[in-house]
Amino acid sequence: MPSKAEVLLKVNNLYKLYGVNRQAARDLMKKGADKSEILKQTGVTVAVNNVSFEVERGKIFVLIGLSGSGKSTVIRCINMLQQPSSGSVIFENQDIGKLSRKELLEFRRTKASMVFQNFGLMSHRDVLGNVAYGLEIRGVKREEREYKAMEMIKMVGLEGWEHQNPSSLSGGMRQRVGIARALTNDPEMLLMDEPFSALDPLVRRDMQFELLSIQRKMNKTILFITHDIDEAFMLGDMIGIMRDGKLIQVGTAEEMTSNPADDYVRDFIVSADKSRVFCAKHVMITPSSLIRLSDGSGKALSIMKRNGVSSSYVIDDKMTFIGVLTLEDAMKARSENLSVESLVIRDVETVKEDDLIADIMPQAARTRFPLAVVDEEGRLKGIVSKAAVLSSIS
Amino acid sequence: MPDWLYNFPETIKLNIREPIDEFISYINVNWEGFFDAVTKGLRGMLKGVNWFIGIIPWWVLVLAVFILTWITTKKPLRAVLYSLLLIFIGSMGLWSYMEQTLAIVITSVILSLVIGFPLGILVASGKKADAIIRPVLDTMQTMPSFVYLIPAVMLLGLGNVPAVIATTIYAIPPIIRLTSHGIKQVDAEVVEAAHAFGSTRWQTLIKVQIPQAMPTIMTGVNQTIMMALAMVVTCSMIGATGLGSEVIIGINRLEIGRGFAAGISVVIMAVILDRLTQGIYKPKGGDLVAEQSRGFIKGK
Ligand SMILES: Nc1ncnc2c1ncn2[C@@H]1O[C@H](COP(=O)(O)OP(=O)(O)OP(=O)(O)O)[C@@H](O)[C@H]1O
Ligand SMILES: [Mg+2]
Repeated sequence: MPSKAEVLLKVNNLYKLYGVNRQAARDLMKKGADKSEILKQTGVTVAVNNVSFEVERGKIFVLIGLSGSGKSTVIRCINMLQQPSSGSVIFENQDIGKLSRKELLEFRRTKASMVFQNFGLMSHRDVLGNVAYGLEIRGVKREEREYKAMEMIKMVGLEGWEHQNPSSLSGGMRQRVGIARALTNDPEMLLMDEPFSALDPLVRRDMQFELLSIQRKMNKTILFITHDIDEAFMLGDMIGIMRDGKLIQVGTAEEMTSNPADDYVRDFIVSADKSRVFCAKHVMITPSSLIRLSDGSGKALSIMKRNGVSSSYVIDDKMTFIGVLTLEDAMKARSENLSVESLVIRDVETVKEDDLIADIMPQAARTRFPLAVVDEEGRLKGIVSKAAVLSSIS
Repeated sequence: MPDWLYNFPETIKLNIREPIDEFISYINVNWEGFFDAVTKGLRGMLKGVNWFIGIIPWWVLVLAVFILTWITTKKPLRAVLYSLLLIFIGSMGLWSYMEQTLAIVITSVILSLVIGFPLGILVASGKKADAIIRPVLDTMQTMPSFVYLIPAVMLLGLGNVPAVIATTIYAIPPIIRLTSHGIKQVDAEVVEAAHAFGSTRWQTLIKVQIPQAMPTIMTGVNQTIMMALAMVVTCSMIGATGLGSEVIIGINRLEIGRGFAAGISVVIMAVILDRLTQGIYKPKGGDLVAEQSRGFIKGK
């Protein structure tokens, strides 16, 4: 077992109030007044109200909430584009709010890079110039920064477009430029404020997959904002739901689905596609019988008979999944004195533990046997029947 | 009926002429050094510009206009037309007058840009500067151009140097306004991106805001040049030499032809300078300029 993951970012009791009469607003807040009441009485907007959460290194933390719930304000408080009214932001054990002007610039240049909803690209620079911008302002020499920028441009699949103006690219390509620009700084963390909201649904799916694969490749920590619950469930290792400036619930997609904190959270989740929440590991069962490759046909037959099954999953000594042996083949093996190994059906579909139900549905529909769930090393972890897949999404 | 209801009563009297005259002479005496320095500086600058224009042979200027027009407008016929128009000015015997006018205009425009561009940035970046400078600009725009002659003459007398000052004051508002407007209208998200990547304020200004505002700023430069040309005739009333004084002489002596020839030359200069400065700045990205200035497609 790996030890508990390191916490990269810690947000403690963050508040952000917009307006002049903030003291009066604070007094009202102590009395338990809600956001709209405080706004009416004092003219102060409570954009963020006592928000605390932690983001572990290498994980994707998704903040979700309706428009105006304070998501953007939270993410802007992390790199101090917005000064928090109170509370602290701790990054790698450093209090970001206490950094000097110079240290803050250094933090923005090397630790956390941002990706914007409307891309925030500079139309007077070509793609390469945009992607290299972060290094340019750090004073990195042209040759070196363009080399690094080109690497990231290749990474997001835009090779050949580096000398185009961003305005001649499609929305999805522009956001690839935005992501490449953020990655070129090689930051510890990406701050992404609704990066895919301006894209149409199909492009959006592509970008989500792409982001996941980039994240796996580079092992970046990501704070991701969205108002789309499906997107949140697809990307988030951890999800936080915000309402009226407050963080209502933090948890994994499964925790939220099975145990929503209140009606607001439940309403949010109802709109979600459950097949994108649950993975194979949530619906798999342990097979009732297993046959080892080294077992003789007689032993195989007796195992199947004892468990009353007409077929059984075959593994080797290391639990590696080999295939399926049917009862008929087992009997044939005994009568014709063949080895189990020669009669195992090997082209059986397998899925990974973390595969989403939505993604394994087509396989489940066409397979003869329940799907075998295997881990990274190919070891059998369980099986998923067609019925289990269907009942999990109803 | 008492008389004072019809005629303004003589008893209400406020004498401001003498105090002002006294004030001006006080300034002239006590700030002599300062005004001498300004005059000297401007005269030197004017001389420099004059000298530069003087060493350019006439045909080089014609050729330059031809090539520049071709490059910026991509219309060879227009390039030919402008060159011919320039030759036309010379053929009326007004070449050297045109050079004098050009020297005053160029000097004033340089001064306007050098002072107005930073002021525009200041206005864009601070509420305080905006609150001070904007009303001044608004007032300036409502005043007739003759008014600018008064302080210039009062403090510096007659001649080309006060003409440069009056022209500069008259021509400076557009570059201030359009620089600040251009910088303010840069997409907020692009500026935020610059900050988020750790740009200093200076880097944000130089690498993002000014380049993004460049099309608008160039419109300001163009308008400043046009305003400076509009002052040519007015300024000749305080002794500026060149085409403007030819127009005035033409009017005063009822020599209509003389005045007309000089007048049409000013118009030709205006047309050529206008076209050239409009076409000089072409942002990258060609046809998508309109989209760019809106800061890409918003949302969807
Ligand atoms: N600069 C500002 N001045 C005053 N109020 C602001 C400012 N920025 C945001 N707010 C207010 O703070 C609240 C939270 O805004 P925020 O932009 O963080 O919400 P959001 O969750 O990101 O919404 P969206 O999904 O629309 O982006 C809103 O009520 C908004 O009106
Ligand atoms: Mg937002």
